[in-house]
Amino acid sequence: MCGVNAFAPTPCAQLSRYTAKPMKRILVGIKRVVDYNVRIRVKPDGSGVITDGVKMSINPFDEIALEEALRIKERGGAEEVVVVTVGPADCQQQLRTALAMGADRALHVQADGVIEPLVTARVMLKLVEREQPLLVILGKQAIDDDNGQTGQLLAALWNRPQATYASKLELHDGAARVTREVDAGLETLEIDLPAVITTDLRLNEPRYVKLPDIMKAKKKPLDTLSLSAVGVEPRVQLKAVGFSPPAQRQKGVLVKDAAELVAALKQKGLL
Amino acid sequence: MSTKILIVAEHDGSKLNPSTAKCVTCARAIDDADITLVVCAVDAAAVAAQAAQLAGVNRVLTVENPANQHALAAVLAPQIAAIAGPYSHVFGPSTTFGKDLMARISGLLDAPQVSDIMAVESPTRFRRPIYAGNAILTVEVAAGSKVVGTVRTASFAAAASGTPASIEKAAVNVELPLHTRFVSVSAGRTDRPDLQSAARVISGGRALGSADGFKILYALADKLGAAVGASRAAVDAGYAPNEMQVGQTGKIIAPELYVAIGISGAIQHLTGIKDARTIVAINKDSEAPIFEVADIGLVGDLFQIIPEIERLI
Repeated sequence: MCGVNAFAPTPCAQLSRYTAKPMKRILVGIKRVVDYNVRIRVKPDGSGVITDGVKMSINPFDEIALEEALRIKERGGAEEVVVVTVGPADCQQQLRTALAMGADRALHVQADGVIEPLVTARVMLKLVEREQPLLVILGKQAIDDDNGQTGQLLAALWNRPQATYASKLELHDGAARVTREVDAGLETLEIDLPAVITTDLRLNEPRYVKLPDIMKAKKKPLDTLSLSAVGVEPRVQLKAVGFSPPAQRQKGVLVKDAAELVAALKQKGLL
Repeated sequence: MSTKILIVAEHDGSKLNPSTAKCVTCARAIDDADITLVVCAVDAAAVAAQAAQLAGVNRVLTVENPANQHALAAVLAPQIAAIAGPYSHVFGPSTTFGKDLMARISGLLDAPQVSDIMAVESPTRFRRPIYAGNAILTVEVAAGSKVVGTVRTASFAAAASGTPASIEKAAVNVELPLHTRFVSVSAGRTDRPDLQSAARVISGGRALGSADGFKILYALADKLGAAVGASRAAVDAGYAPNEMQVGQTGKIIAPELYVAIGISGAIQHLTGIKDARTIVAINKDSEAPIFEVADIGLVGDLFQIIPEIERLI
């Protein structure tokens, strides 16, 4: 049992989560996306959505993934957090932000145009083979294409466990206990490591980046690799044919009180 | 030539989940669909019998294995992949079950996945929401490629009952992993209608103020026979459990009647409700974005209005 010791460097309850010696490395995948506060508009010609001049950020679920990895490291559960992305040159801005949050180094696999989840997962697999992490943490989905596939794809290709939609993560000797947000409620799985975990919103609240850390991040290693250097063929199996705005709902009516509301619902046959 | 479609049934071991009947409707929108439903279970008989009743289903395959006690993606995916060979399309529901599983199948089959199919334009062309539903993408699958799909259940009606289809046992001989083990699932209360399939849903937001505040919603919901949902803000604040969350990262629903109480209407919430037939909003802030999408709006104090409605119905 834990006693209360105000001078303990780490609360016992947290220490007991990491009885094993720290794992070597956690790999975190991030994606550069249109910031979640930007109001998305479809281009008039239907060729895409407007991304020129809009604010870009780390995908919020990936930020949660990175935060979780950093917390594990800070509690003595891992020696190193490596952040990786697949995308155009601009993605390095988000990698720098991730380094400022606390990642130790970054890997950028340069690829232009649309990168399908299967290609991203193949790249991730190559990076996993190279870096040998015990844990790969990713966001459950990117808020641009909303595909929600990469984590499961990587786990399938790697032939390792997946725990998607994680809202709680505990590490034991060679295994993880993960609470998942599922339709029925909260499901708990135990998975052997190495494994892939994808994050849901309530796993943690990511930290804010401090200015001195942004300066420090500039000196941290960021390596760029080409797709061919990694050994993955770009492949397009899903062609975007067109983009359109969603159907708009008709503007409704305001009623003045509960009685009018109930009358309106009765008139519509809903009560 | 028919298009051979395999649909992975979602169930809890005894009952077929309504999401499966919606996948069948989606699959039937494909010309000359030949639909096979696969039920993976320890003992599949009861679920297979329900699945066979769905109109449009040509046959039901059962894959029985003691390892199928719980729906673990890592365990189910290799079994589905093993029988997926003859099919051009492999579909499952866009529920947490399907989203978790289908992408793993996609990886095993090396076949691209179309997530959240909301409309079928041709056997290779689908429409799906992106950017939290702020844009709709039409996507074309490369000719000759097998495709995996998750079906946005709010976009399709449930398939009706029809002439029972045949039920066959599939022999699947693949090694199943032991690296993923089920520990537990929290059981929510079940005496209210299921949020995902209920005809009426009443949801509460942060304005309810506390878990106690939600009680007035439960009282109204029980009188209406409605399911109860919550906004992300309310779930984050601990007023309601996560399985009640409605919205982009919670449940996407399409009830006949949706009543949003004390919910401001963040875009992520609106994504989850825009297929509702009628949306009612009650909020004290007349500028709340929820009124932009509401069919009927009422500005006022929910703690006065809700008991009044309850008295009037």
